[in-house]
Order: sequence, then structure tokens, then C-alpha cells
Amino acid sequence: MSDHDKIYSTKFQDKVERSTLLMFIMTALTVAVGGIVEIVPLFYLPNTAMTGGDGTYNGTQHKDLQGNVISMDKIVWNPATSEHKSMDDWQPGDGVRPYKPLELAGRQVFIREGCFLCHSQMIRPFRDEKDRYGHYSIAEESMYDHTYQWGSKRTGPDIARVGGKYSDEWHRKHLKYPRDVVPESVMPNFFFLENAKVDVEKTTKTMAVMTKMPFNPVPKTIYSAEYIAAAPEALKDKTEMDAVIAFLQSLGNHVKFEEGVNYRD
Amino acid sequence: MEATHAKSVTVKYDMDVVRWFTIAAIIFGVVGTFIGVYVASELAWPFLNFDIAEITFGRLRPLHTNAVIFAFGGNVLFATGYYIVQRTGATKLWSNKLAWFHFWGWQTIIVCAVITLPLGLSQGKEYAELPWWVDIMIAVVWLSYGLNYVMTNAIRTTSHMYVSNWFTMGMIVMITYLHVVNSMAIPVDWATSYSIYSGVQDAMIQWWWGHNAVGFYLTGGFLGIMYYFIPKQSGRPVFSYRLSVLHFWTLSFGYVWLGAHHLQYTALPDWTGSLGAAISLAMIIPSWGGAMNGMMTLSGAWDKLRTDYILRFLVTAMAFYAMSTFDGPVMAIKSVNALSHYTDWTVGHVHAGALGWMSMISFGALYHMVKKLWNTEMYSDRLVNVHFWIALVGATTYVVAMWVSGIMQGLMWRDYDEYGTLTYTFVESVSAMHPYYVMRAVGGAIFNLGTWIMLFNVVMTIRQASATRATNPVAARA
Repeated sequence: MSDHDKIYSTKFQDKVERSTLLMFIMTALTVAVGGIVEIVPLFYLPNTAMTGGDGTYNGTQHKDLQGNVISMDKIVWNPATSEHKSMDDWQPGDGVRPYKPLELAGRQVFIREGCFLCHSQMIRPFRDEKDRYGHYSIAEESMYDHTYQWGSKRTGPDIARVGGKYSDEWHRKHLKYPRDVVPESVMPNFFFLENAKVDVEKTTKTMAVMTKMPFNPVPKTIYSAEYIAAAPEALKDKTEMDAVIAFLQSLGNHVKFEEGVNYRD
Repeated sequence: MEATHAKSVTVKYDMDVVRWFTIAAIIFGVVGTFIGVYVASELAWPFLNFDIAEITFGRLRPLHTNAVIFAFGGNVLFATGYYIVQRTGATKLWSNKLAWFHFWGWQTIIVCAVITLPLGLSQGKEYAELPWWVDIMIAVVWLSYGLNYVMTNAIRTTSHMYVSNWFTMGMIVMITYLHVVNSMAIPVDWATSYSIYSGVQDAMIQWWWGHNAVGFYLTGGFLGIMYYFIPKQSGRPVFSYRLSVLHFWTLSFGYVWLGAHHLQYTALPDWTGSLGAAISLAMIIPSWGGAMNGMMTLSGAWDKLRTDYILRFLVTAMAFYAMSTFDGPVMAIKSVNALSHYTDWTVGHVHAGALGWMSMISFGALYHMVKKLWNTEMYSDRLVNVHFWIALVGATTYVVAMWVSGIMQGLMWRDYDEYGTLTYTFVESVSAMHPYYVMRAVGGAIFNLGTWIMLFNVVMTIRQASATRATNPVAARA
């Protein structure tokens, strides 16, 4: 028996090492398992903000302090049941809604400029984060965020609930020249956003794309044909600066949270 | 294992494409780390953004990560991969033409990245920022590589597939899964597209991609390098074949689960992050097993470290590998993660791996290959040694700065004074980071200097080899 034929491990391992095909198949199977176990259930288990498109959320149930089920329509805005029927009537606290055209345009600029690399949008359930940023984030709040923007690093503060915290004028000054407002800041100057007009065509196309998503699309009852058709009017003469500010001001005030209620289990 | 090399003397390998990948790797090592130094400096001295949109931190940082991962790391993996698969299989490449398509395709993708990222064409996913049509190019070129690699293994003349090729094959399969699933997006126009997933699902898929780009591309692929070049450079067989079997299968199975530890305490269901944390802790076993396997390969040859500078790179890489695969599981523990997440500690951890492990093993392998590929000695062995010490000092400075700043950030954010209010405003933590951001930029600059020295040394080596070849036709065929 030559050295080639001696088996140093197990018969099966030896067989696998001798066959390229078998090695390929075994490897392909081995590396598939973890992803399947961790990812697939997120599409059908509760508390993942995955909607079946019919207003149900895989049995997700939030309960108030008395143990009564909080209607999902209170968490995610539903024009059919809400007293505020249109995007323009929507009020903070009515529940998670998709972005308005100007906010959506701002979000595109936000992604383009890589803001998510330094600003997270995911508040964790800790005392200090509650004091600093507000109520912890819940899954439903980013359900319309195609290309999620939770971030992984806080070189700057979290902005998940920055909406309404500062005035538009503060944001404008801060975005243009951050160190004029916050001397210690290391953020780049984004004054150039004032020089560029919002891309109207891109934004209306984006709205249409958002209704076509296979998972968690924006309902066509909200981004209706008329609503999309009216978008260019809302975007007219707006600068990218206006758009980013609108986006920032829209963050974090959609859901009315009740003290003491566990929204994550 | 020695028997597998028996026939290699009679085979004429396709090494030209390997030479080109090698040169590209060395050049992009310089470029990628240079951009890194620049973005690090922007955080220390924000005026360096110079009010030019194309070079602001948010646009250049993806260019840095893409350059070091895909341009430097990629070219290293392809150079070593094609080198190892031919030599361990005692065969030419299945298709030399396809390998050239791969080479030019990959460099084209890099050029596209250099143009699109500063222009702000980003899909908004870390390490997967490139626009959708570049994603398609990546898929095509990657599959051409996979096909060529698998088929070259299939036509090998040796009996068994060598362990390095298992790791590389695992990487090829896994990166295909990851890239295809994570890049699923609907384009709005040529510049912009949006992921078909949202929120929780998108986050999990992104970090399944993000952590396994590290686990398979930057670790699995580079373990393939380790298993070939440490034995070759030290002249010793791999310490334990059985340990390598264990290392490969446990690492391949286990790494995939780790992405979830990036999402602890987020809106992701709690079980997912906890599962990720549990498997992360268990991963110390294969990682340290592998590190020991690489280290112990030197038993009986430790004295070589005194004279062999290339071996120093390879062994130091194993030390950093062991250290960062300890650091990682610790950070995956939920109570530690509560502190470390969102801070510079993560950046320090990544760079302990990227500078200490991945780059060091690459430098060692590249020096080894340059000597073989051009059939010559290095222009200057002393400069190899200088590069080694510079790289070590640079990497250590960087990593220490980020560890300290990361832990400090985490502690400042959660600190309460005696009245029960937060002690520090956020911006106080920003200004407290300044000295560490300077230190990080300095560490990075030192590391970058080393890559310039390597480039110079390799250029001079190749020139020297060409001069010899002109006068000695026998060497030309080697």
C-alpha cells in the first residue's frame, strides 16, 4: 500500500478529499445551514415586522399594561382604520407610515453621502440610550426602509428619533457647517446640498419601485397613482438640503409609545 | 502530503496571470491603506474633507473598505489561489484564458468602484455599496473564477485535494451565496437601487453577508494561504492533518451563524442575536485550533525566525489571528457587546484582523511568491525585515488606539453622575476621541509606509530578475 492510499482521517473524509465534486457538494451544504436557520424564520415569525400585505404581521402581538392586545393599526398606520386618512393628514403617533416624496428624496441623499457610516438609527433598550435618544426602536419602525439604515457605528449620535428635536433652521446651519453650531464636531460640511435641486424623476421612480417590492412593499393604497402623480409638485424647487432636513424631521415620531409596555416580545 | 508534489517537476504551470495578480495586489495594498490613512485623518482633522463632495468621509470610507477588501485582498486571494491550486494539483489551470478574463474583469470592477463610490453611487449597505450593475459584473467574474478553480481541482494529477483548496472552494461557494442574496435589489435608474428586503430582514441578510465576507473571504481564503505558505516557507509539513480537517469543517459550518451578533439588542428578535453569540463563543475552538496548527508547523524550526524575515510575517499573522479570534467572541458576549457595539472597539477588532492577520499573511505569501515567480532572491532582505517591523508597529499602534477609544466611548456614553443624569453629552465623547483618532492615523500611516517599501523592494526585485533573464535564457523558463 503506497502512501497515497493510506487513510489518515476517516473513510468518508478521504473519499471527499479525492473527489472534487463531493468536496464541492459537501462544502456547499455545510455553509448553507447557518444562513437558512437564522434568516428564513425572520420572514414568517412574529415580531419581525413582516406583513403579508393584508395588514397581518405573522401573529405579532403587542400588549398594553392591562394585557389587552394593542391593534397593529396603532403601530403601523392604516389609512382605512385611522382617523387620518391621507399622507398629508397623518399626525405623529398615528403609526409607522412610508416616506413622503421630499423625505424619500432626502433619504436617497442620506444614503449617497454615506451618513449611515457614522449615524446609527437603532436605539437599544438601555437606560442611557433612553435618556440620550428616546424609546428603543422596534421592528415596525424600519419596515418601509428598503435598504435598512440601522448603521453599525456611532462616530456621531444615533438619529433614530431626531425628528422634531431641532428646528429646521438648526439642521440647515448644522448640515452646512457643523462646526459653526457644534465646535467639536468632526462631520464634513454639507453646504453643497443647498446648491443642488432634488432629482424629481428619480424620486417619483423610487416611489413606484417601493410599491413593487416583494417584501414589505408600500401599499398601493398609500402610494396611489394620484399620490405619485402629485409628487413632482411637492418636490418643485426644493433643494437637496430641504430634502435631507425633511427626512431627518420625519424620523422616530411615528409610533406613540406607552410607558412600561414591552414592544419587542 | 509530500507525495502530492511528486509529479510537479514535469508540469508547466500558467504563472503569468499569477504574476499579474501579484503585482496588482502589491499596488492595491499601497492604495487601499493610503485611502485608509486619509479617511482616518479626516476624522482627526475634519478640514481634510476640503469641502469637496467626492472626498468627504462618507464617500471615501466605502472606497477604502472596497479597496482593501476587494482590490488588495481579492488580488492576493486570486494570485495565491491560482498559484496553490496548480502546484498542489500538479496541473496547469483548466483555462488560462478564463483566468485572464478574471484578471481584467476584476481590475475593471475596481476601476468602476474608484469612479462610482466618490460620485456617491452607494446602495447603502456596508461592504456592498457598489451599484447594481457592478454587482452583476462581480457575479459574472466571480463565477468565472469559481468555475476555473473547481475545474482545475478536477483535472489535478494528484490523488487528494490539498487543504488550502478546501478553504478556497468554501470561500468561492459561500461568497456566491452571500453576494447573490444580499445584492438583490430593484434599480430605480443606473445610479440608484433599493434592496428588496427591508428593516429586520435586510439587517440580518446584510450582516450574514458582512460577517461572512470576513469569515470566508478574509479568513477562509487566507487560511488557504496559511496552510500552503507556512509549510513551504518553513520547510516543515503541516503540524496536524487531522486538526486541519477539524478546522475546515467546523469553521465552514460555524462561521455562517455569526452575523447575528452584529445585531444584539436591536429590533431583531432576541433569539437570533443570542444564537449568533453562542456560536461565536464556540468558534474560539476551530479558530484557535487552526492558529495552533499554523504555529506548531514551526516546531523544530523556530530558529528560522532569526534569519527568515518572510517567516516572521507568516508567524506574526498567526499570532494576530489567534488574538482577533479571541477578541471577536468576547465582543459577541451580549454584556460586552452592549458596551462595544457602535464604538471604535469594533474598528479596532476589524483592523487587528485586517492589518495583523490578513495583511501580514499576505505580505509573507507575496514575498515568497515573488521569489519563486521571478526565480530570484529579493532585491533586499533587509528591507523585508524593515517592512516587517514597520507593519508590526503600525498595526499595533492602530489597534491599541481603537481599543482604548472604543472602551472609553462606551463607558462615557453610559456614565451617570450622582444626580442620576448622563455625565457626558455625546459631543464630549467626540472630542475625547481626538487624541486616539490622531494616534490611529499615525499607526495607519506607519503601516502604509511599509507597503511602499514592499512595492519598492518588489519592483527592484523584478527589474533585477529581468536583467538576469536577459543574460541567462535558462532562468527565463523557470
